[in-house]
Amino acid sequence: MRADKLKLSIALLALTAASAAALPAAGIATGTPAAAFALPAAAGDTISLADLKGQVVLINFWASWCGPCRQEMPILDQLYKKYKTAGFTLLGVNVEPKSADALSFLKATPVSFPILFDTQSKVSTLYEVTGMPSTVIIDRRGNVRYIHHGYKPGDEGEYLDQIRTLMRE
Amino acid sequence: MMVSKRQTTAIVLLAGLLLAGCSPIQPWVKPYEREHLADPIMSFDRSPISSGYLDHVFEVREGARGATGSVGGGCGCN
Amino acid sequence: MNTFQQQRVRWLIALAFGLGAVGHADVLPEDRSDVLYHRYDGGGLTVQGPSVLVRKKFGDSFSASYQYYEDLISSASIDVVSQASAYKERRTQNNVGLDYLRGNTLYSIGWINSNEPDYKSNTGFFNISQSMFGDLTTVSFGFAEGWDKVGEVSKGVFQKFVGDADHRNWSVGLSQVLTRNMLLGLNFEADENNGYLQNPYRGVRFVDPFSGKGYSFGAAVSPNTRTGIAGSAQLKYYLPWHAAVDGNYRLYNDTWGITANTAKLGYTQTLFTDWTLEASARYYWQTAANFYSDLFPYQNSQNFMSRDRELAQFHSLTLGLGASYEFHPAWPRWIDKGTLNFNYNRMRIDYLDFHNNLILSAVPGDEPLYTLDASVMQFFISFWY
Repeated sequence: MRADKLKLSIALLALTAASAAALPAAGIATGTPAAAFALPAAAGDTISLADLKGQVVLINFWASWCGPCRQEMPILDQLYKKYKTAGFTLLGVNVEPKSADALSFLKATPVSFPILFDTQSKVSTLYEVTGMPSTVIIDRRGNVRYIHHGYKPGDEGEYLDQIRTLMRE
Repeated sequence: MMVSKRQTTAIVLLAGLLLAGCSPIQPWVKPYEREHLADPIMSFDRSPISSGYLDHVFEVREGARGATGSVGGGCGCN
Repeated sequence: MNTFQQQRVRWLIALAFGLGAVGHADVLPEDRSDVLYHRYDGGGLTVQGPSVLVRKKFGDSFSASYQYYEDLISSASIDVVSQASAYKERRTQNNVGLDYLRGNTLYSIGWINSNEPDYKSNTGFFNISQSMFGDLTTVSFGFAEGWDKVGEVSKGVFQKFVGDADHRNWSVGLSQVLTRNMLLGLNFEADENNGYLQNPYRGVRFVDPFSGKGYSFGAAVSPNTRTGIAGSAQLKYYLPWHAAVDGNYRLYNDTWGITANTAKLGYTQTLFTDWTLEASARYYWQTAANFYSDLFPYQNSQNFMSRDRELAQFHSLTLGLGASYEFHPAWPRWIDKGTLNFNYNRMRIDYLDFHNNLILSAVPGDEPLYTLDASVMQFFISFWY
């Protein structure tokens, strides 16, 4: 008797869970101006998004503890090296409150694009980061055009297409 | 551990509300705050081959079984 | 001869390996392989053997796994010595599983086959896991069904087929991120067993004034259905010095009258980047099955009778220690990282209504209560690729 009730409960739970609406991917809307910010960089200076107007900018939010983020870094580096002279730039925003782990990761896996440290999570909040990693691609006029959540091998093909499209504008 | 019909209904309704009706709830732990949760030591089951074997040892010697599975965790990656 | 394990247990053993841990539902389980050596020594019984597990992703959406497991049994346990003679036996088990990821839902199916001379078991299982609330919550549902064939072996030779058993299992699990440092896990399981559910080699003891020892052994009879439910809650907390503490409580109840409680505490500590140390304490206590007795007043005094000590009233304490060392081999290059692991558990069971009949007593049933001390050891290498 008890097992029957339990089975019924489990079946009903299964139905309700299956119909549960997935949380809508919150975040900034495409087509809107990208929020301005300025963050300290690994090189020692401060980089401000406003200074980069006129270029296509790819912002990648990453953390050293996030597997797919680490996997993505060398690929982003290749992208940066290929297009940096053509009006494209890439910013790697590290979201960790303490930068020690990020710095030791960069020592082992160096990249040539600027790394910024968002230790107060101000920019992560501004850009409503809802997954790790998150990538935002901004056009020459400073508007957000493409947003990516997560990374799996092959996504760089999409980044390439989108960057090329924006560079042709 | 008798569960009455009323209790069963209550549990199912509550679960239903929690799962289906609460989409407006925003995640209160942001993905960039998941550093500790992503650490392997926070996994409920780091080595399935080992925990599977230990569960087997206890089940052989004891009358009870079940509810040992572990679920989830969360680095929030992808 | 069989391994003197409760019949239902053998199916459950297979299931324990098959179901394992349900991971995130937003990513496929990681690619990894493990090679394990396990050894149990206690109460005159030694069970040891290898186990190998291999898991690999295929494309973006599929992950397949295979596990081989073996038990080499050498038994001279109290039951074996009382009612038969020491024996050796081998059990092999094969598990296959497939996982399919679609969005935030993970579907898993699998098959487990267990084989030994007097017991053959096949189990199929299915599981769905769903991530929600920004991956803070994972809910999972599972169903498994097993079919067993029970036989009898004497002096290494198969004698006869004794009965069939059918097992069904339903499970629900929830994993919830509570804070940036704390995880909650809830599990609920119901299982239904029908058919031949007893151990064909074990009998019950009854008072027999005509026997030299004052008692004799007779046939045991178990009911042919058994339904159980279990619920557990687990909490894991991250400590700021790169350590973690966890607590777990489980309650079990079934139609044979057994109520069992399990309470476990664990501590994990990392040391010098490469080392992870673990310590755990587990306390378990159960009431006896309502047709269990160590000594019945006369032969066939009840419709159902059992002297299986797994159905007796007892409490047990298990203490465990483990160490794990992480390394990054230069060769082969497709291996990302590996770990060398060792763990040791010492279990002590104090039976409250099972007496050690090997110690002769003037009055049967007055023998000292039986206690079991067992060592459980595991040594394994894991690698990720």
